[in-house]
Amino acid sequence: MTAMALDFSKGIIEVTWHGRGGQGVVTSNQMLGKAALSEGNYIQAFPEFGPERTGAPVRAFLRISKKPIQLYSQVYQPDIVVCIDPTLLSVVNPSEGLKKDGTLVLNTTLTPAQIRSKYGLKSGKVVTVDASTIAMQILGRPFYNMPTLAAAVKATGAVKMETVVAEVLSRYPGKVGELNKKAMERAASEVNIE
Amino acid sequence: MAATVKMTKPKGSIEGLTGDAAIAYALKQCDIDVLSAYPITPQTIIVEDYQRFFAEGQVKTKVIPVESEHSAMSACIGASAAGARVATASASAGLALMWEVLYCASGMRQPIVLAVANRALSAPINIHNDWSDSYGARDSGFIQMYCQSCQEAYDTTIMSFRIAENHNVLLPAMVCIDGFILSHNVERVELLPDEVVRDFVGVRVPVQPLDTDKPITMGPLCLTDYYFEFKEQEDKAMREVFKVYKDVEAEFQKVTGRSYGMYETYKTKDADIIMLTHSSPAGTAKAVVDALREQGEKVGVLRMKLFRPFPAAELAKELSSAKAVAVFEKCLSFGAPTNPLALEVRTALYDLPKKPMVTDFVVGLGGRDVPPATIVEGYNKTKQYLEKGKAPLYETLGVRK
Repeated sequence: MTAMALDFSKGIIEVTWHGRGGQGVVTSNQMLGKAALSEGNYIQAFPEFGPERTGAPVRAFLRISKKPIQLYSQVYQPDIVVCIDPTLLSVVNPSEGLKKDGTLVLNTTLTPAQIRSKYGLKSGKVVTVDASTIAMQILGRPFYNMPTLAAAVKATGAVKMETVVAEVLSRYPGKVGELNKKAMERAASEVNIE
Repeated sequence: MAATVKMTKPKGSIEGLTGDAAIAYALKQCDIDVLSAYPITPQTIIVEDYQRFFAEGQVKTKVIPVESEHSAMSACIGASAAGARVATASASAGLALMWEVLYCASGMRQPIVLAVANRALSAPINIHNDWSDSYGARDSGFIQMYCQSCQEAYDTTIMSFRIAENHNVLLPAMVCIDGFILSHNVERVELLPDEVVRDFVGVRVPVQPLDTDKPITMGPLCLTDYYFEFKEQEDKAMREVFKVYKDVEAEFQKVTGRSYGMYETYKTKDADIIMLTHSSPAGTAKAVVDALREQGEKVGVLRMKLFRPFPAAELAKELSSAKAVAVFEKCLSFGAPTNPLALEVRTALYDLPKKPMVTDFVVGLGGRDVPPATIVEGYNKTKQYLEKGKAPLYETLGVRK
């Protein structure tokens, strides 16, 4: 019996996030998780348990399911991969382990076609958004996790956009929340899906 | 018995909480009088959250920040001896520093609840999960309950006070969760309304509290004359836990619709091989069983919850019809014939006329991930050993050799 041939995560949507320490990978992951939770799902949202250093590559994982989740390992074959830092694309291969019909969501100025040829991706969905520019123009600071999150939500429909926006607004009440909402709306409208 | 986790009954709120946060919230609702702790990763959120409840005036608890875990447990014992409901939390090196005082807590029969976010022991320094810390304390006279999910951590914390404070028991209790894997994992947790928890746990009724008007001495010198009798009583009290645990859980199920059992069986009825483990690997093992069953493999999981006292008689019954029991555990007992969990399982099976083969796989030390592939590897090996009719006493999986 080889483990490779078996499916251990039936009925579970698995998400892997890539980013750098301090960019809000853990927060974005929890935000998406809590949105899924408030839509009546069971979730697991957890960071990769490594040394947490600002600027170092970090990952976070999310599982979403209609039923209680038993699986407690890291995510190895995600349905969705989100990378919030464009500079990571030359350091890690975010498409590693991605399911054949999975979705790759990247904060990048490259087009989906360029990403496909870069990683040799022939199937699935490739989603790009220039979240860095959106963040700088709307938030005035490089907080590109929320616009990237919006692109992921728009492209996958894993949760409703309004649910995740509500999560963001409840976590960041006031002006910060409103600006993030604006950045998210713009990201959703500018997203490239192929 | 199969665990029943039905989310019904009284309307509480549904929150996304980490294992640590779920325990902190349970402690808040259990109306504890004293919390004394020293922070250590990965249980830190428990104490942080509780300090926040205290700072915001949400609890009336006396929170005692101390200079070490040795002092934390000492303060807990003093408060508990005065009749207070008391809790603390620790892990790894912190639990190790508490060692001496753990035995005082149980020897003085103080029903203190100690939340443990299981973490490896130094050296080398490692902040991640294995069970070396609380397994090392398995003979300390603490009840030990290992939880798989954040919901279970919340529920078990609430139940633990009732079990520990029962007058037939009066022993301290550890509520254990896998460090980081559960302590820092946000899951769906259904919280009970405050008044439901308050009514369920009630007010602690101490048997013989410290009283300045009627001074007594607790835990004094006892040499060859009576020390042994104290230990005899302690052992008897520990055996009472089986019944009290069942009663408390039955009552909890009536109120919440949820129960877990001293252990949980998952698809074991016709299983040739039963995988036996607890905490997070038990969840993963259940996912593995689902996948293997689809391939026609006759395999199930027995997830331990109660490790102290160890329900040996029941376990022997549950395991007797299997051809093999594959134990997965996150602890190495250096120089022992086999490791703590498998030792207990082998002992439980020893008197059976027809014994299943027992294999023992040490996995996940220092937080090394235990993916389904590791569980499948242990399963495959056990199958091969069954064909050969012979297995090693233990082996390690998922490590460079």
